[in-house]
Amino acid sequence: MSTATSTLPPKREITTKPRFSDKVFRAVVTTGGFSSLVILGLISLFLLYNGLNVFRTEGLGFITGFDWIVPLPEEGLPAQYGIGAMLYGTVVIGLIALFFAFPISVGAALFLSYYAPDWLKKPMVLVIDVMAAIPSIVFGLWGFFVLMPHAEYWAKLIHKYLGFIPIFDMPANAFTRSPFIAGLVLAIMIIPIITSISREIFAQTPLDRIQAAYALGATKWSMIKSVVFPYGRGGVVGGAMLGLGRAIGETVAVYTVLNIVFDIRIEVLLSAGGSVASMIVNKFGEANPDELKALMASGFVLFLVTLLINFLANFIINRTARE
Amino acid sequence: MSQANPVHSLANVAAAHSASKGDHHIAGTGIEAKNIHAWFGDKHVIDDVSIDFFPGTVTALIGPSGCGKSTFIRILNRMHEFIPTAAMAGEVLLEGKDIYQSGTDVTKIRLGIGMVFQKPNPFPSMTIKENVLSGLKLAQLKVSNQSELLESCLVRAGLWNEVKDRLNEYGGALSGGQQQRLCIARSLAVSPQVLLMDEPCSALDPGSTLRIEETIRELSASMTIIIVTHNMQQAARVSDRTGFFLSDGGPGRLIECSSTSEIFSNPKDKRTEDYVTGRFG
Amino acid sequence: MSTVTIPRPSKPWGVNFKQAIPDVVAAFATLLITYAIVAYTPLKGKLAFVIVLFLVAVIASAAISGIRRDRKAALNSISTVMIYVAGMFVIFPLGSILYEIIRRGIGGLSLGMFSTDMAVTASDAPLSEGGLIHAVVGTFYIVIIASLISVPIGILTALYLTEIKGKAAGTIRFFVQAMSGIPSIVAGLFIYAVWMIALGNQYSAAAGAMALAILMIPTVARTSEEVLKLIPSDLREAGLAMGGTQWRTVAMIVIPAAQSGLITAVILGVARVAGETAPLLLTMGGADALNLNPFAGNSSAIPFYVWKNFLLGTETAIDRAWSGVLVLMIIVLFFFSLTRFLSGRKGRF
Repeated sequence: MSTATSTLPPKREITTKPRFSDKVFRAVVTTGGFSSLVILGLISLFLLYNGLNVFRTEGLGFITGFDWIVPLPEEGLPAQYGIGAMLYGTVVIGLIALFFAFPISVGAALFLSYYAPDWLKKPMVLVIDVMAAIPSIVFGLWGFFVLMPHAEYWAKLIHKYLGFIPIFDMPANAFTRSPFIAGLVLAIMIIPIITSISREIFAQTPLDRIQAAYALGATKWSMIKSVVFPYGRGGVVGGAMLGLGRAIGETVAVYTVLNIVFDIRIEVLLSAGGSVASMIVNKFGEANPDELKALMASGFVLFLVTLLINFLANFIINRTARE
Repeated sequence: MSQANPVHSLANVAAAHSASKGDHHIAGTGIEAKNIHAWFGDKHVIDDVSIDFFPGTVTALIGPSGCGKSTFIRILNRMHEFIPTAAMAGEVLLEGKDIYQSGTDVTKIRLGIGMVFQKPNPFPSMTIKENVLSGLKLAQLKVSNQSELLESCLVRAGLWNEVKDRLNEYGGALSGGQQQRLCIARSLAVSPQVLLMDEPCSALDPGSTLRIEETIRELSASMTIIIVTHNMQQAARVSDRTGFFLSDGGPGRLIECSSTSEIFSNPKDKRTEDYVTGRFG
Repeated sequence: MSTVTIPRPSKPWGVNFKQAIPDVVAAFATLLITYAIVAYTPLKGKLAFVIVLFLVAVIASAAISGIRRDRKAALNSISTVMIYVAGMFVIFPLGSILYEIIRRGIGGLSLGMFSTDMAVTASDAPLSEGGLIHAVVGTFYIVIIASLISVPIGILTALYLTEIKGKAAGTIRFFVQAMSGIPSIVAGLFIYAVWMIALGNQYSAAAGAMALAILMIPTVARTSEEVLKLIPSDLREAGLAMGGTQWRTVAMIVIPAAQSGLITAVILGVARVAGETAPLLLTMGGADALNLNPFAGNSSAIPFYVWKNFLLGTETAIDRAWSGVLVLMIIVLFFFSLTRFLSGRKGRF
């Protein structure tokens, strides 16, 4: 009976003629909506344009070289710009920060989601949110004056007992302003980011799966291992990458606690490290127009790297959250 | 014969209602839906529905959920097109003119065909007074005597006595039933010829429901009302005519539409009878 | 009156006193053992105490559950201790930071510092001389100007995502998300490249504000989007069903309904950028004297003031830096609490 009438009429074109005011409204809002894209485009355009000459003369050496030599005008020598050491140093302090921040953040997120008593949850979330709101200059000052003396002592202990491992070796007795300390300060700065994203992801773990695990006699830990981690893995990794992105772009806090040296060293306790962002501030004040272009080029590389990390991180987090 | 009881009781209600209403002057404008089809994407949800809604009557649309009633009345005031994948075919004639004709000013159409939603939704940032008069501002209409309009709308919605001393309070402070009547008053302010109600009582308690039904009956003297409802008793109590929608898993169809007493006492279609006697749905 | 005995409500799944005794004893024993180890072995110091305590606690709790039940229970208690430690660890840095800021910053705080600048004060002059009025004014300027730029853009972006829902909505949402991860120094470099190099302007508060606006836009846009998404679509439909155009519906119904949330979004953005330092170092010049013109001439801001004094490195300069940090934290925490207050307040629906 229902198949008898199989000839459907064609779909009508629904023509809505928007009023003039709505046309204006939509145009204005759309322009506003696209402005973020425009700004991002302009940033890459201007930094690239200013740094183009440096990219041209240095070529790949800008990324791989680790000499930053600005000769005086009377010397008449060509300048050399290479941020390889800075990129290496950035990665090192980022990894050190993640090494400390990741387990603590995931642990704290688990604590907040499954262990903390109710009265403690709200204040703890507040603490984490306040941490996230603290300006980086504050972390810098605190890191330099408060954390560094302690960290120096810890570094000496590590060197004393683990010095046979190459990365803890010390060619000189200089324990301050090391990648290790910069990594510690960054770790404290990115803990709130990773914690809150992990917590959000853990909170979305389907309750029925959790209850199913408990119903099968799981302990809390085996439930977390078998349900929460498999579900939230992507989101936690994404959160860690967002943290890494923040660590890589951090300028002022790293500058105060890191001795910037254009050299690639594997000793993380030694007072010599690198960070692209801090190097820009370090060189900016006395830069001549030519060097300034090299700094713009460095900024462009930094921009691309962080944008890429953020893209990837958000992609992973969004995918996990949507599942 | 005990199974026929619900039919009889509902039929009695419906008959009593028609009788009490008696002959009234036909007011307002009718609206006619001709061969309406609707789609969401490729999914065909309404198949060839035609109903003529007579001026000054209350027409109830009943049927199990998912049979396309709500989609159908949203087609009647062009709210259907807000869903990006939506498409339709057929014509909706208001005063003999197709409201889907290209070049029509949609905002004017919606002014003439008011709508009350399932959940009471007074505008949260406005007071009771501002809520009632919001349509004037939204559609940029000018009215010489606003306080007179305010009072008459609230009176017609049956809310005046309850709120006349608190017109400057926020709408959210009212009870659910009062909020819904406020929404009715809000629709009345722009004097529509047709009022669409999409399950207006489904979120309300029985007391408020009765109060709204009273309001609907009073309003029907002056306008055409179309009400979608899940509640067969409600259809029997308030409507002059009833349309029964059903979907057999495919698109929703209009099974039959005639006077309410006929639908409840003497339905032509077996499926209508099964539905109104409570055998399914 | 019939006496119906209602049973007392109880929670048999909770921890009762008797069951807790072994745990309390174990905790006590852990402390004792730790103390003994620290006292009678070469391991010394606060750090050693903490580490030993942690290890002993892990071993003890694992041993107890292992003996009481099985390996699975032992694993469970190890993980529990570690997760508790991680949870506690998050609190320590904030405590230390706030404590040190107050301890070191309060000494330099005086009313006088809010009425003078550093124009004629030497870096080693006593704290009673000089002040940071120039920095406070600068921060005020940059926050206002950055808001004026970023709030319209941010809210329009949110409106595009929630009201227009154009084809590009997904892409824009993604880019805005990524934009919030731009390093602040890059924003500074960009403004320097455009405003100073390309357009030939000088250092100014406005230049700093432009850099901050770039960092503020994503915060405002994302928070506003969250807020606008909470407005029920019913309200929009009601507005349109009553003959309102989209523009009037958004302006008269959606935005007023979202008002307090949108204000929260703006303040959240302000809290995000008020303490930014790096972009200012490239765009503001860092004056020591009060500059009332936000559009020309070197100016300062509180983070810049802290930075400068930190680099000066004399004892009084460091004290000034800490006082600056204290003032900065008070401002940031004020905005932070304001957002909490506004979003915690019950909305009208």
